[in-house]
Amino acid sequence: MAQKTFKSIAKENLWNNNPVFVQILGICSTLAVTNRLLNTLIMTLGVTFATGLSSLTVSLLKNFIPRKVRMIVQTLIISFYVIIIDIVLRAYVPEVSRALGPYVGLIITNCIIMGRTEAFAQSNSPLLSLWDGVTSSLGYMYILLMIAFVRELLGFGTIFGFQVLPANFVNWTIMVMPPSAFFMLAIFMWIFKGYMFKKEVKK
Amino acid sequence: MAPDIGFLSLFFASIFTSNILLSNFLGMCSFISVSKDFNSSNGLGLAVTFVMTITTAINWLVYHYLLVPFGLDYLRYIVFIIVIAAIVQISEMVIERMSTNLYMSLGIFLPLITVNCAIMGVALFMQIRNYNFLQSVVFGLGSGLGWWLAIILLASIRKKVDNSPVPGPLKGPGITLITIGFMAMAFMGFSGMLAVQ
Repeated sequence: MAQKTFKSIAKENLWNNNPVFVQILGICSTLAVTNRLLNTLIMTLGVTFATGLSSLTVSLLKNFIPRKVRMIVQTLIISFYVIIIDIVLRAYVPEVSRALGPYVGLIITNCIIMGRTEAFAQSNSPLLSLWDGVTSSLGYMYILLMIAFVRELLGFGTIFGFQVLPANFVNWTIMVMPPSAFFMLAIFMWIFKGYMFKKEVKK
Repeated sequence: MAPDIGFLSLFFASIFTSNILLSNFLGMCSFISVSKDFNSSNGLGLAVTFVMTITTAINWLVYHYLLVPFGLDYLRYIVFIIVIAAIVQISEMVIERMSTNLYMSLGIFLPLITVNCAIMGVALFMQIRNYNFLQSVVFGLGSGLGWWLAIILLASIRKKVDNSPVPGPLKGPGITLITIGFMAMAFMGFSGMLAVQ
């Protein structure tokens, strides 16, 4: 690949190589936390925090970590940040923390973070790694927010908890149940990939 | 304290109605990438079931006898993941010794179990739901079997789907997700019978 710049990294992570659509990473949480916008927003902010700082830390420490134990060291670094997120959430937004349940802890096993530290932070300078971590989780964030928007709107008739649809609207209960998460993600994937396909044909 | 729920209903509920994959979305990454091929799906399912049962038991003991008495329960994420990594490493060595065939067929998937979120998820659920030791073991075993069932079902369906005309942009992960969605709906059909919370 050519010279990595802040701009090229952002474009790569937000669009061309989006972690959710193209690399199919971090799908578990994409599906699980998207039934309410508020939960989704807080979850993705947590992921952004953890990904950015873990990438930064791994990149700073990369010369001190022996190759053989690097996976476990990375896991420990990630767990450290996730514990911080967990404690902060429980202190300030206990009801969201309860709604997210085990999924906060599961940020540790979110493949996006591990993937970024392993593929990027290992071999790049700290600032670039921080930027890479943040942008790839932003790529994850906007897709989750879109999915959550549709699911919450149709499932509860609300946006961020405010009633927006008229009261006589019949909620589509299926939208807040597990299967619709799969369908919504597939439909979004369909639209986005269709768009990418068209562009490729034009070229 | 521990919820009052029979072992048998917990067992079947964790296989069908509260399937760890189809209703809690855990272990999706390897589920989607491995289910292309029946044999490796079967092997991975077996390995996941095995590791899940053992790690749940050990994590329960560690959590209740080491972390809680010393007030260290905020360290549970780190401890759980270390226990899982260690058990995966040990079972890798044991399987290599006992059956080279199985070891070869599992290949890269065995170490990947460490980052399979279903394993970690079961450990966290058992702690959040306050299961006692036996309930946790039954829950771990049932969830593992449920994951195994789901992946071999999907692998069999995908064999047919791969030969079908699917719109270009939907090929690959897209159509797989829709298939999983239908499977989730089918499994939801059981949900009137049993429930665990």
